[in-house]
Amino acid sequence: MDLSLFVWRQQAPDVQGEMVAYSAKGISEDMSFLEMLDVVNEGLISNGEVPIAFDHDCREGICGTCSQVINGVPHGPMERTTVCQLHMRNFKDGDTIFIEPLRAKAFPILKDLIVDRGALDRIIQEGGYISVHTGGVPDANSVLISRKDAETAMDASECIGCGACVAACPNGSAMLFTASKVSHLAALPQGKIEADQRVRSMTNAMKKEQFGNCSNHYECNAVCPKGVKISFIAKLNREFIKSMISGDSSD
Amino acid sequence: MINGKCPPGPLEEKWEKHKDGLMLVNPANKRRYRIIVVGAGLAGASAASTLGELGYNVEAFCFQDSPRRGHSIAAQGGINAAKNYPNDGDSIFRLFYDTIKGGDFRSREANVYRLASISNNIIDQCVAQGVPFARDYAGYLDNRSFGGAQVSRTFYARGQTGQQLLIGAYSALSRQIKSGTVRFFPRTEMLDLVVVDGSAKGIIYRDLVSGKIASRAADAVCLCTGGYANVYFLSTNAMGSNVTAAFRAYKRGALFANPCYTQIHPTCVPVTGDHQSKLTLMSESLRNDGRVWVPVVKGDERLPRDISEDERDYFLERRYPGFGNLTPRDIASRAAKDACDKGYGVGPGGRGVFLDFAEAIGRLGEAEVRRRYGNLFDMYQKITGEDAYERPMRIYPAPHYTMGGLWVDYNLESNIKGLFVLGEANFSDHGANRLGASALMQGLADGYFIIPYTIADHLARIKPGVVSTDHEAFVGSVKETNERVEKLLSINGKRSVTDYHRDLGAIMWDLVGMERSEDGLNEAIKKIRALRNEFWDNVKITGEPDELNQELEKAGRVADFLEFGELMALDALERKESCGGHFRSEYQTVDGEALRDDSNYAHVSAWEYKGTDKRPFLHSEPLEFENVDLVMRSYK
Ligand SMILES: Cc1cc2nc3c(=O)[nH]c(=O)nc-3n(C[C@H](O)[C@H](O)[C@H](O)COP(=O)(O)OP(=O)(O)OC[C@H]3O[C@@H](n4cnc5c(N)ncnc54)[C@H](O)[C@@H]3O)c2cc1C
Ligand code: FES
Repeated sequence: MDLSLFVWRQQAPDVQGEMVAYSAKGISEDMSFLEMLDVVNEGLISNGEVPIAFDHDCREGICGTCSQVINGVPHGPMERTTVCQLHMRNFKDGDTIFIEPLRAKAFPILKDLIVDRGALDRIIQEGGYISVHTGGVPDANSVLISRKDAETAMDASECIGCGACVAACPNGSAMLFTASKVSHLAALPQGKIEADQRVRSMTNAMKKEQFGNCSNHYECNAVCPKGVKISFIAKLNREFIKSMISGDSSD
Repeated sequence: MINGKCPPGPLEEKWEKHKDGLMLVNPANKRRYRIIVVGAGLAGASAASTLGELGYNVEAFCFQDSPRRGHSIAAQGGINAAKNYPNDGDSIFRLFYDTIKGGDFRSREANVYRLASISNNIIDQCVAQGVPFARDYAGYLDNRSFGGAQVSRTFYARGQTGQQLLIGAYSALSRQIKSGTVRFFPRTEMLDLVVVDGSAKGIIYRDLVSGKIASRAADAVCLCTGGYANVYFLSTNAMGSNVTAAFRAYKRGALFANPCYTQIHPTCVPVTGDHQSKLTLMSESLRNDGRVWVPVVKGDERLPRDISEDERDYFLERRYPGFGNLTPRDIASRAAKDACDKGYGVGPGGRGVFLDFAEAIGRLGEAEVRRRYGNLFDMYQKITGEDAYERPMRIYPAPHYTMGGLWVDYNLESNIKGLFVLGEANFSDHGANRLGASALMQGLADGYFIIPYTIADHLARIKPGVVSTDHEAFVGSVKETNERVEKLLSINGKRSVTDYHRDLGAIMWDLVGMERSEDGLNEAIKKIRALRNEFWDNVKITGEPDELNQELEKAGRVADFLEFGELMALDALERKESCGGHFRSEYQTVDGEALRDDSNYAHVSAWEYKGTDKRPFLHSEPLEFENVDLVMRSYK
């Protein structure tokens, strides 16, 4: 099939970018979306032009590196599918496709479709862990965890940190991302001890990093390639209130 | 002859005694020592976080934008440990034995035993970090089986075990970054190792955003940079996985061990066309419940459901009744290739065999199969557009893992002092074939539980911070690295980097892949040389050196693969036997199984670089077996 593409090109962070038209010819339906871009890039290189820069690594939907907005939707039209797992059989000959970077105040553009998502790492650094030392821990079966709790933790922990939720949110909020980590750890007995502290400092970090507030649009869940549930946001809010009631709020 | 420095004494006591003899660094002095950790997969993230927690001054690097994305994240099936929770007869010795046998008796007893004995600590550690492993209804940890074992010892988190383990290690690392013990450099790529008077003293790296070449000095360097299966162009590895860091260290004098030992994984989604950029693994855990078969009639194009039971050949169950669908990878891959080579393959080009779940769905119900493997079935559907609940998957072998790597001694230290190598980047524990679910185990054993002890013994013997980046070795290396970048960009030829990579991959797959022969290997060497020469004459890379330039990144990696591929072929040529993943057509039994030659090849081959276009020198480290008999591997 043949496609018309409009792709965001921006040479560097402080240079003005623009949408540029390209055509993608002879695309097979077995190609992934990124393989289609590979074809376009090979063409650009052979013309002596600079290829379109985009982030990707595993191409299996698990590393969270790929991040593009396709026709206005982060990761494109298929539910629960990262761009790297989106296949061209979901498009038709003659389609026009708009490809842009994830846009959010907290994610500065580095080049073309590549953004800096370091702010998400900094939220995790503020408490997205259990403070355990290496070694000196009890036998793994000494603390039993119900299958239900383990599954809840796992549901939350499926987040791949791609940032699609932020780009989809009209407020640029990182609420679903943060809530998934808070909920993952709060579901486990090992994680409960630091729960109050964690939810407070991670919520603060979110504000500091210029992410917006959550006003319940639920766009985040709609685009999440892992289907991380919106109910985790409610869980974060409950954890937050609990921490205000129960704890010292000195920090 | 080189010496792996395995400690003497009974197998079970070696590590404990050895640890007691290692020197320690005084707590107050630790922060004066700087350690560079390159790589943030499981090995790197666990090492950096643990060393940071101990109080060392750690600087860590990775080429992804975040340490949460290392290639380890893609591991699906699980991680082994000898917990024996199911009470099915497992023990540390049995895990040790399975691993050394699975590796076709080409690894060190002492290393493998240590790995097995640490395996249990890893599970404890990960559970304490909050890794949500699968549980049974009573709340206990659940296990599954993997290839090459007759016990259930694999711990798993749905089909995303690597992701969950890496998030655990990443969270520990994040905690150290916050506390200031680890400084993290994302989007950086190590391009050279700096060696001063025989000791590793730092690295040269490119900042992948600004394009600037810079350097950092340290008292020790840990390479945790993963494997090199991407030398085949198409593999199950992430697109960025590469050999550059290890190969640069090799060029600075580090020995490269057993480069020809590569693992071709039996269960991957088959290739669909020339556009293919990578291959996707369907976890080995699927072989717990999936049955592998081909039609008994060649070129049978009927729908699988129209092919009756007696028209099917369940060739693994037939040839290996003892292990059935759970034979080790090398054996299952060769059997699948064999079936396809003989014309029984299915799907496009006959390059595929069926992996069928109908029996499991009948026995367990679709809901249970969905719970166990749902994400893999989803992934399969996205790629092929087919529903594997309805019809069998089609699978074909693909390059997956590399057992070879930089040579290290028992302390994980290379022949260059202060250079430590962890995880898939080293060669140490898997011999000629790795069993499923043991790479995650090894990466975390190295990072959490071995390096913290052994690196201290190196540091305690040296003064911290004696070499800085003003040293001529750093200045010279920065200059060379800049020149190489300029050279690559100045060629301005006609063919893209990917073109060359694809061509190299075809040579490697055909001639240095699942089956190798003397003629084929000689031919491979000739072809690789010609391709390399053409690359340096005719490659086309657009863009500038001082900006984010992904083509340039790729070019550097492919340039190294173009040299490294030749070393793999040379190593395969020198090893005149078949063992594990290294199958030489000249050396096989009458029924086509690998034929080892223990009297001549029970050793590690370690190559020393001798200069451009010079033949590298082959060192050998004899492998001594005191606790196991070298039997012919049989899974019948
Ligand atoms: C699809 C798939 C599934 C698998 N499933 C399993 C499984 O179920 N069980 C199991 O035990 N094993 C499995 N494996 C194998 C296992 O995942 C790997 O062997 C293991 O994770 C390697 O870990 P590592 O830390 O050594 O390296 P990696 O995870 O590969 O990490 C390498 C790191 O080094 C960095 N790096 C590399 N080069 C440079 C450079 N020059 N400069 C800077 N940084 C650099 C990268 O950024 C990355 O952070 C699987 C492998 C694949 C491909
Ligand atoms: S490239 Fe890894 S999730 Fe898309």
